[in-house]
Amino acid sequence: MDVTTSWYLVLSALLLGIGMYGLLTRRNPIVMFMCVELMLNAANIAFVAFSNALGDLAGQTAVFFVLVVAAAEVVVGLSIVVSLMRRRPSATADDLSELRG
Amino acid sequence: MVDVLVFAASAVMILVGAVGVIRSRNTVRAALSLMLTFFGVAVLFIQQEVHFLALVQVLVYGGAVMVLFLFVIMLLGVDLDEDTSIEPLTGQRAYAALATLAMTALLFGGFFLSGDTSDAGEGVALTGQRSAVVPIRPEVPDAVQLGEDLFTRNVLAFEITGLLLTIATVGAVVMIRNRGAEDLVVDEPGTATR
Repeated sequence: MDVTTSWYLVLSALLLGIGMYGLLTRRNPIVMFMCVELMLNAANIAFVAFSNALGDLAGQTAVFFVLVVAAAEVVVGLSIVVSLMRRRPSATADDLSELRG
Repeated sequence: MVDVLVFAASAVMILVGAVGVIRSRNTVRAALSLMLTFFGVAVLFIQQEVHFLALVQVLVYGGAVMVLFLFVIMLLGVDLDEDTSIEPLTGQRAYAALATLAMTALLFGGFFLSGDTSDAGEGVALTGQRSAVVPIRPEVPDAVQLGEDLFTRNVLAFEITGLLLTIATVGAVVMIRNRGAEDLVVDEPGTATR
C-alpha cells in the first residue's frame, strides 16, 4: 500500500471541514481564529501534496506566502480582539455584532 | 510501509488536534490542541521532503502564532470558558454540520469523480495534465530552489509581504497601546453605548 496524493487530499478536506464546523459553531473570537488557522493548514497540506504530485515548485511558494499572510492576519485579528474585549471581558462573537460608534 | 505508518501517525495527530480545538470549552486546551495539529502538519511536510517548509511551519505557527494566541488568552483571562451548550440561532449546530458535510462531500466528489487521467495517475483527476509551472529539480535542495523562486520570479510578492508584516505590526501596536484613563472603563455586557 502506497501513500498517494489522494490520501493527503482527503486529510486536507477533513481538516477543512472540521475547521469550518468550528468556525460556524464556536462563539469565542479567539477559538474562531484558531479554526481559521485549521482551514489554512488544510490548504497548506493540499498545496504541498500537489506540489509533490506534479513536481511543481509553485505549490511550495504558495505555502510560504500563505504562512506569512496567516501570521500577519493573526497579529491584526488578535489585536482587534484584545482592544474590543478589554472593554467587555465576556464578549462573544454575538455581542461584538452590536458595536456602535 | 513506513510511509503509511508515518502518514497514519501524523493524520491522527492532525485530526485529534482539530477535534480538540472545536470541542474544548477551555481556551487554553484549544490552543494546545491547535499546536498538536501544527506539529502533525509539519510531520506531513517532512514526509513529502519539503524540509524547509516544515521548519518554517514549526517556527512561524508554533513559535509566533501560538505564542500570540497564548499571550492574548492569558491577557484576557484564562478562565474564559465558553458555554458550548448555548446555541444563539436555533438549529445552528445542525446547519453548520450540514454545511460542513456538503463542503466535504463536494471536495471528495472533486477528488474521486472527476474522471480518470492516467497522466496524474493514482485516481486523482483534479490536476488534469501533468505540467509544472516551475519544475522541481531533484538534485538541488528544496530550500535553495524555494529561495531562487522567491527572489527571482516572486520578488515583488516577497517585498509586498514584508510591507504587509510591517503594516500589521504597526497597526497592532496602534490598536493596543495604552492610552491612559480612556482604557480603564469596563462596560457591562450588552450596555456599551459609546
